[in-house]
Amino acid sequence: MLNESVVQQLKSIVGDAYFRIDQEALIAHSYDGTPMLQALPDGVIYPETTEQVSEIMRIASQYVIPVVTRGSGSNLCGGTTPVSGGIVMVMHRMNRIIEIDMENLTATVQPGVITGEFITHVEELGLFYPPDPSSMKISTIGGNIAECSGGLRGLKYGTTKDYVLGLTAVLPSGEVLKTGGKLTKDVAGYDLTKLLVGSEGTLAVVTEAILKLVPKPKTKKTMVAMYKDIYGAARTVSSIIKQQIIPATLEILDNATIQVVDDFAKIGLPRDMEAILIIEQDGEPEVVERDMASIYHICEQEQADRIEMAQTREQAEQLLTARRSAFTALARLRPTTILEDATVPRSKIADMVLKTNAIAKKYNVSIATFGHAGDGNLHPTATTDARDQEEVHRVEEAFAEIFEAAIALGGTITGEHGVGIVKAPYLEWKVGTAGIEIMKGIKAAFDPQNILNPNKMFAKETKKRVVIQHG
Amino acid sequence: MASTMDNASKLGKPNIEHKNRLARTLLEKLDYDQLTNCMRCGFCLPACPTFKETGMEPASPRGRIAMMKAAVDGLMEPDQQFQDQMNLCLGCRACEPACPADVKYGQLIEQTKEAIEQHASHSLPVKLMRKTLFKALFPKRGNLKLLGHSLALYQKSGMQSLAHKTGAMKLFPKHLREMEGILPPASGKGVVERLGTFVPAKGEAIARVAMFRGCIMDVMFADTNVNTVELLTEAGFDVYIPQEQVCCGALHAHSGEMEDARSLAAINIDTFKSLGVDYIVSNAGGCGALLIEYDHLMQEDQQYAEAAKWFASRVIDISTLLVEKGRLPQFAERSSAEPVKVTYQDSCHLRNVMKGSSAPRVLMKQVAGTEFIEMKEADRCCGSAGVYNVVQPEMAGSILEHKMEHAAQTSASYMLTSNPGCLLQMKLGIDKHLPSEPMKAMHIVDFLHERMLFSK
Repeated sequence: MLNESVVQQLKSIVGDAYFRIDQEALIAHSYDGTPMLQALPDGVIYPETTEQVSEIMRIASQYVIPVVTRGSGSNLCGGTTPVSGGIVMVMHRMNRIIEIDMENLTATVQPGVITGEFITHVEELGLFYPPDPSSMKISTIGGNIAECSGGLRGLKYGTTKDYVLGLTAVLPSGEVLKTGGKLTKDVAGYDLTKLLVGSEGTLAVVTEAILKLVPKPKTKKTMVAMYKDIYGAARTVSSIIKQQIIPATLEILDNATIQVVDDFAKIGLPRDMEAILIIEQDGEPEVVERDMASIYHICEQEQADRIEMAQTREQAEQLLTARRSAFTALARLRPTTILEDATVPRSKIADMVLKTNAIAKKYNVSIATFGHAGDGNLHPTATTDARDQEEVHRVEEAFAEIFEAAIALGGTITGEHGVGIVKAPYLEWKVGTAGIEIMKGIKAAFDPQNILNPNKMFAKETKKRVVIQHG
Repeated sequence: MASTMDNASKLGKPNIEHKNRLARTLLEKLDYDQLTNCMRCGFCLPACPTFKETGMEPASPRGRIAMMKAAVDGLMEPDQQFQDQMNLCLGCRACEPACPADVKYGQLIEQTKEAIEQHASHSLPVKLMRKTLFKALFPKRGNLKLLGHSLALYQKSGMQSLAHKTGAMKLFPKHLREMEGILPPASGKGVVERLGTFVPAKGEAIARVAMFRGCIMDVMFADTNVNTVELLTEAGFDVYIPQEQVCCGALHAHSGEMEDARSLAAINIDTFKSLGVDYIVSNAGGCGALLIEYDHLMQEDQQYAEAAKWFASRVIDISTLLVEKGRLPQFAERSSAEPVKVTYQDSCHLRNVMKGSSAPRVLMKQVAGTEFIEMKEADRCCGSAGVYNVVQPEMAGSILEHKMEHAAQTSASYMLTSNPGCLLQMKLGIDKHLPSEPMKAMHIVDFLHERMLFSK
């Protein structure tokens, strides 16, 4: 509960309509896209300017109130669920594209801009912003920066961190920090820009970002390769990379995912196949032609059952849109879908697929697999029911073992979804004790009172490691 | 601060004794599996008109479902604010095709409205209006005809202009006054009175169809009904217009009066089943969408469940039937040498529930001498939404204003629709926001009929 004086001070900053403590507002900001997680905040605030954010943070500091910054709340790691109560700060009103600089090829935006709308806008100007998380129709640029979102184009173009050149961010004290600029080179001190990208709202509140844009590729071609054997599909991925071809997109969908995605999108995906790869290449026409021909050949060598080229751009877009629905579409099978994003070096993708299936069998849980095979970032997704606690427990055990397997293959516990609260107990597995300690030190330097998104990233207790029988 | 997991320990509904009466009814009525199926991914948010207008999560499908679940789970009291938020939903159901998890939002909001209605204490005037509309007017053909006659009399006798001159209309709220101004000439003579109950196909019959004439359609837009029949017979269908049919019950269902909706459905199912037709044709997306879901509406009714499935499987919109099954006649614009620009406002229920958004566009593109211009956000609700524009004038007004900005950008001469509510709303929008534009709102059936080259 916030005391009356705090309520009045916050209202005087943003106006009565934009600070809410009513039941409806609290319930509607008690969750994000993470399954089985809900916690009520004490208030919800909608700032409009950097100055307002700064004033809000001063008050939060003064009264030591937790603040959770939020865009559209579509993250999957519990990153914006207010597990410690306090204030949820919604950035939707700060949704302006401030400038597109055609001379420096940069964009300056506010954090509440919707990713998909931003991408459409820059493409209309003949430019390109590659990070394209599957939630881009609703996700915000601010949310993408906080989580360092990836997407379908990660393997060729990188992720959000590769496109943020500078930030304006408000520190917990209310001070305003400016990092980077419209610069391709800048080594003045520690790289605070990169540090803030992916910091999950635990260090500062981003209120403005300078983003790098690149020229829009001249052409794009898309194909679907279909396999009776999922291992063949996974091997294809490694073969393509080994032959030094980097496609713009290289996605895998297993049979369970194909079924539900086609139930939703109704675009005639091959329901009898064990796996498909969606492969896209972009760039200069002759390069695209050459790469696609080589990829076609590799798919044939790896025993693809059928290979089809998308005939029109619309058809290709339908395919990619369908793929983006995969995570939610899996909820058609069971009410609760728990999705992870264990990531391995891309040469190990076939091993990881086999490992995941073996672990699913061992714990007797259904795990569908899809994801960004080309960058080693898979999304094994368990379909379950939150109301069945015994089964949910088995799912958790299975995922712990999947994380362990990924790390053993030289991978990580999360490729693009973030640690939040969900993966906090596993963070130490990946970064070690020294890693945790140094990260805690950084957190304390930015946020000594621990008011920004508290109880995220660092768990009270690290989960006990599972011992895997290798062999 | 509270961290709560789903507190149901076993599958099914939570085992809670709610003190609040509405919470008890919500627990009883709401489909808890559907509530659980919403995984809060947020894909519905960009599709929702009230979220777009307000930018506030509670006014989104995800937010509303979270509140329904919170009320059932005992996390919040379903207070007045809860009820207002549910009633702010247009029921356009644009969130359903956007939802990869296939959550039946339309059913959830209807179950919620039904629960709210059970405990509602309407003020006396509202009670009276609801009783007149839902019990006496829509279901009773005689009274509707009488209304048609009186409206026609009111419009023709000079009383309408008298009412305007004397300022008597000023006694009504502003949005109702604006509405009254754009009502088309009503008629006491419906389609059956004008054509009889059977009109044979021109040439060899492709199929036997029964026409659903609708209650408001047949009074306010009787000409459209007549034109519908003529399009159908021209395209090769034998058309039956059973006289015993009644209102579809959509306005009842959307306002939480489910029992009334079910009794109307029973009459319609009996009526059309006895004809044994191949298709049941609707020319109003709002009616068609409920008709096509009679199977869901009657699923608990042992007597009607099977027949309702028969009925629902035969329901089809006029445009879809013409395009997919008919012998299409030729259409041509003859009034102008220049191509005439035409645009289209989707009927939400035709698009999102009947999945019939492509056929009207196919038809419009076939009219020689016209150019079809797709309006930005044509797939977004216009704010009419049954009686929404009457009960939620503020939100409906701002949605309409944005709609008309997009309409103006098309510089079309014709704004076509597939539903009477949308048609009236478009007329109102043009009248209010684009008075200087030479844009005319029309039902797609009338537009096609005017441009049809009849077979001899």
